[in-house]
Amino acid sequence: MEEFTIPPPRTNYLNAEYGLKSWLLTKDHKRIALLYMGGISFFFFIGSLYAMAIRLELLTPQGDLTQSSTYNKIFTQHGIIMVFFFLIPSIPATLGNFLVPMMIGAKDLAFPKINLLSWYIYMLGGIITIYALLAGGVDTGWTFYTPYSTTFSNSYVLTTGVGIFITGFSSILTGLNFIVTIHTMRAPGMTWYRLPLFIWSHYATSLIMILGTPVIAITVLLLAFERLAHIGIFDPAAGGDPVLFQHLFWFYSHPAVYIMVLPAMGVVSELIANFSRKNIFGYKFVAFSSLAIAVFGFLVWGHHLFVASQSVYAGMIFSFLSFAVAIPSAIKVFNWTATLYKGSISYDTPMLYGLGFIGLFTIGGMTGLFLASLATDVHLSDTYFIVAHFHYIMVGGTLLAYLGGLHYWWPKISGRMYPEGWGRFSALVVFVGFNLTFSPQFVLGYMGMPRRYHTYPVDMVSWQVLHVLSTAGASILGVGLLIPLIYLAWSLRYGRIAESNPWHLPGLEWQTPSPPPTENFLETPIVTSEPYEFAPPETKEVVGKFEKQAPAQA
Amino acid sequence: MQSWFPFIPESASTISGDVDAVYFYVSGVTVFFVTLISLVIIFFVIRYRRRNAFEIPRPIEGSHKLETLWSVIPLVIAMSIFVWGAKVYFAQYRPPQNALEVYVVGKQWMWKFQHPTGQREINELHVPVGRKVKLIMTTEDVIHDVFIPAFRIKMDVVPGKYTSEWFEATKPGRYHFFCAEYCGMNHSGMRGYVEVMEPKDFDNWLSGNANQMSPAAAGQAMFESLGCVSCHGANAEGGRGPALVGVYGSNVVLSNGPAVKADEGYLRESIINPQAKIVTGFGPIMPSFQGQLTEEQLLGLVAYIKSLSTPKPETTTAKPPATGTPQSANPVRQQ
Repeated sequence: MEEFTIPPPRTNYLNAEYGLKSWLLTKDHKRIALLYMGGISFFFFIGSLYAMAIRLELLTPQGDLTQSSTYNKIFTQHGIIMVFFFLIPSIPATLGNFLVPMMIGAKDLAFPKINLLSWYIYMLGGIITIYALLAGGVDTGWTFYTPYSTTFSNSYVLTTGVGIFITGFSSILTGLNFIVTIHTMRAPGMTWYRLPLFIWSHYATSLIMILGTPVIAITVLLLAFERLAHIGIFDPAAGGDPVLFQHLFWFYSHPAVYIMVLPAMGVVSELIANFSRKNIFGYKFVAFSSLAIAVFGFLVWGHHLFVASQSVYAGMIFSFLSFAVAIPSAIKVFNWTATLYKGSISYDTPMLYGLGFIGLFTIGGMTGLFLASLATDVHLSDTYFIVAHFHYIMVGGTLLAYLGGLHYWWPKISGRMYPEGWGRFSALVVFVGFNLTFSPQFVLGYMGMPRRYHTYPVDMVSWQVLHVLSTAGASILGVGLLIPLIYLAWSLRYGRIAESNPWHLPGLEWQTPSPPPTENFLETPIVTSEPYEFAPPETKEVVGKFEKQAPAQA
Repeated sequence: MQSWFPFIPESASTISGDVDAVYFYVSGVTVFFVTLISLVIIFFVIRYRRRNAFEIPRPIEGSHKLETLWSVIPLVIAMSIFVWGAKVYFAQYRPPQNALEVYVVGKQWMWKFQHPTGQREINELHVPVGRKVKLIMTTEDVIHDVFIPAFRIKMDVVPGKYTSEWFEATKPGRYHFFCAEYCGMNHSGMRGYVEVMEPKDFDNWLSGNANQMSPAAAGQAMFESLGCVSCHGANAEGGRGPALVGVYGSNVVLSNGPAVKADEGYLRESIINPQAKIVTGFGPIMPSFQGQLTEEQLLGLVAYIKSLSTPKPETTTAKPPATGTPQSANPVRQQ
């Protein structure tokens, strides 16, 4: 096998300039990725504290830790922080920002200043939201349903709305930047079908960001007008309709789920292919399934409204479309699994996260069928079944992929290796803790425990048993997430120096020093090979023909 | 109240078994595929583990046959779930005839119920076993939701309109119900019990609380006191305004739109916002009663207008069953 060894240059993007100003005014997409990483880590930490408070409160049926009004603020703020300030920017703004230019052989994104601007917009929105939380908090649920949010809540709805409104623009700018970059800045020879799947999924994500985010901006604006000036659009007494808000809200917020999970799928495609040293099975199917999800994702919002007095026929159409959107996701899972076939599978930490993702995403996706199906959704909607389902997608999916990607590209980002033993151990702890936290919640939901409940009936002993299990799992999950925080920080100073290509992979981002120079590549790469091309293409095997078992080892 | 396995909810309505059947079918599909994929992955990960640091496996071309196979099979299974789920939902959605109609008003943070015979209840609902019960629901403030897990039903209660759900309980007992749409501070306290009783016990309970005015009677009193009689006639036979006798359930021809079926929602709208739908041959002269009536008063007026069209089947409930053993252990269907 060819070995790529490039001697580490004296200057790289991390030490090219020093001082706070060099970071706050940087136009380097890699530095901006690190700024974002700081931001999302901070918000994730805050969101996790809220999560622990929720789990502690639910240990007992009575409300003995907080008042109901406080509890309502805790789960609301957990949702707002995690969705808008961690999950949506998580992979695109950090790993995407860092890797989109590097994977296509570009020096930077198309609009470096807009990239920096997007971070400032994100932080401004975040700070306003944090201010709202400190000033008194918000208690509407992250969904802001009217008329509670417009007329009845006495909390900081407007301030939080302003924070979310502003942050949305950072999404739009990031999406815009990615689309233009992918169209115009690919290295010579980097055709569309040679793009890594990470790029395809970020392209699909960017489409949703650009098309969907303006809708949430408009929705929040209407909410503000209604709350401030009582324009009546959501008020039946003035001829409006409170359920209209739900349509508008989910028109963005369902596609937003795909903003969270498509980049995760991109990361996992990279992990599965690279850590089994195989080209991805059905490359075009995986690539186009991302686009299919992005398009169909816009047509299923009504499945959030099956019991919201939507018409029965609308319910049937949305149910049908929701089942249809499950197919591209299923295709991805099958193709990832098939990629492992006859691979050379390593058990490194990123691969453990990647494999964990497939399992948890499969459970998350399959339990979505219960909610797409009308009869069962009536019973399960607004219960803990929903809570478990979307945490399997968002935590089991997005968070695991983010951690996997972070470990995978850590040598490139930091120039240091993380400790492999600790990495594998924490991946295992996260997997076990996660499942213990959220699998009991499926049962809770089926038993009828509604979500957003501060207290629950004392006579439901089995509910408490399940809550105790869930809280125990959350503690394990918390530990599992603290371990990487510690050893990744430790590795920045004490980790083994990383080679330019520590995993011995063909991707462009590995054909340059670790950490890369500011301009990414010492000279513009010219692409002559297919993606994930580990072996010469003439050795390619057609699946199903087992008789030609040529020795594959080099 | 607990079954032998404490992690399955009580099943106590005519549709709860149907919903559970879909639930267990999807569970089976889920368990099968999750197990299949997990086992295949575990097998591959062990069988094809990296044995030496330099091995390069042969690349494998994708297969259109396989892609088609694993697109079509999930699609077929998904469609089977869709069709079954939709079928059960449709049956569950279609409002039953001759149901016992109970009016429900939600407000932060309590539930008010009123029976057709006038009995009022708060956070507790008494119903007979083996009889279809339809809840006609609205709210005085934010969106709420009546969720009865043992019956597998749930429906949002939305300001400005009537929503409904129905059930037929199959087992006497005491079942939790919950507000399932977040409604503010004491949301988790907005819950109560459905008390399902033998028909005989229910009739006793009804007669024990009988000295209250029925919603229709209250509505009639209001019809007079609000001055509705001056246009709609003393017996709602009509005048400057359209006659209200027989209007409920009929098709009303409008001068400013297509004909509509006069249901509870139409009656409500015509009181709150009379200009929205004008009956052919009448002028837009009725004042709006927006903000002048509580939801319960409105429900009373609607109940009165409804009573002008249909002989109320609900009132016959108070009749004791002709035969029946005194404390039957099994659910008895009254038919």
